[in-house]
Amino acid sequence: MKKYPIITSISYPKKGAMGKTGTWRVFKPILDQNKCVKCLQCWIYCPEATIIRKEDNSVEIDYEYCKGCGVCANVCPTKAITMVREGEEK
Amino acid sequence: MKVMIDTGNYIAAKAAIMAKPNVVAAYPITPQTTLVEGIAKYKETGEFKGEYICVESEHSAMSACIGASATGVRVFTGTSSHGLLLMHEMLHWAALSRLPIVMCNINRVVGPGWNIWADENDSIAQRDTGWIQFYVSSNQEIFDTVIQAFKIAEHEKISLPIMINYNAFILSHTSMPVYIPEQEEIDEFIPKRKPTWKLDVDNPITFGNIILPDAYIEVRRDMQRAQDYARNYIKKVAEEWREKFGRYHGDLIDRYRCDDAEYIILTMGAIGAESRIAVDNLREDGLKIGLARVRVFRPFPKEDIVELSKKADFIVIDRNISVGMGGALSAEVKSALYGNSDTKVYSYIAGLGGKDVTFKDIEKMIRKVVDGKVKTLEWYSLEE
Repeated sequence: MKKYPIITSISYPKKGAMGKTGTWRVFKPILDQNKCVKCLQCWIYCPEATIIRKEDNSVEIDYEYCKGCGVCANVCPTKAITMVREGEEK
Repeated sequence: MKVMIDTGNYIAAKAAIMAKPNVVAAYPITPQTTLVEGIAKYKETGEFKGEYICVESEHSAMSACIGASATGVRVFTGTSSHGLLLMHEMLHWAALSRLPIVMCNINRVVGPGWNIWADENDSIAQRDTGWIQFYVSSNQEIFDTVIQAFKIAEHEKISLPIMINYNAFILSHTSMPVYIPEQEEIDEFIPKRKPTWKLDVDNPITFGNIILPDAYIEVRRDMQRAQDYARNYIKKVAEEWREKFGRYHGDLIDRYRCDDAEYIILTMGAIGAESRIAVDNLREDGLKIGLARVRVFRPFPKEDIVELSKKADFIVIDRNISVGMGGALSAEVKSALYGNSDTKVYSYIAGLGGKDVTFKDIEKMIRKVVDGKVKTLEWYSLEE
């Protein structure tokens, strides 16, 4: 970490700079890979970059940092993502 | 060096442009308007080579200044009264982000009643934002202080924004001769800003991010340390200016005939200039009066005030009022004296709403104190 002559609020971009925000989640997005058409809408809209895009454009969810906002489920055109209350997923 | 005869606002514009800011973002408001106009003129003639950002409000003006300053460049702006009040939130942002923005505020009445004349309540209301505050008393001091302010604000241990306050119309629209140094001399006095941190696309950082309670207090303590450091550095810069350009307006305080004084007038801004004449006149009548014009209100010159209190009683004239308490300068002076001195402090509220305070008025105020007719707080000219 670089030393500065003053103290103020500056943050360097780094994965999980604010801690494991996945613990904030009330609802958890569950992805049904069979319904996914690889349109990447969820990947574009996720405000926290917790949709992981793979080589073949299929996606995965990073539950360590996903806060459960539900934007991905909302924008998914095939309803491949559903929001399930934390702890109640099958 | 050459002499330029012009109004306070045009002099401030000249000083700002000679400091070569990369960005100016400002919104016009009476009585600051001609300052913005002056900078626009320099933009048109090409003397101002930076960006002039047109904004839709003072809140946006300060926001643009914060964004620009965060990229590590030099930034200047100006406002007045309700414009300053609209900036209030962003003034905190600028100071807590430690951005060395320099701003002229032309002290004007806060309404209602709607009034455009001189009154310090606009800037006194920004006392706790963390900005360094100067109150100046002549056009020459406006010029000199704008240049000095960049040096002070941009010092790596200070990194705080500075507000230079001067009275509406009394200075902003009054022409006076001002000595202007050569551009090279100013370039040498305030070299290019070296930011302690900056927004840079090649090395991305965020500023103004969340800080949890454990760490936040450190940010505030560091601002306090920076203001404490500035207290000495402002003196150093004033001295350097005197050596280089032969002009001096005091350091934190402008002292005049204080050495053998029995009463010292403490005031700020243009009333300070009038008070000099009052001091001379009263001295001709054998009254030992001195003047300590408080030039820097934040950081407050605590030690200097205590030093002055050793031989004299104080008469504080405030062109502002912290309603429910009294004059702001008076309250701060008493706070500085507490436990250090038992000097008597007589307080006047005068010149609110732009009511003229001439040397004759000041003489009357002082004589009333000397005659033992003033107890604690007086509202000057209400009784007549």
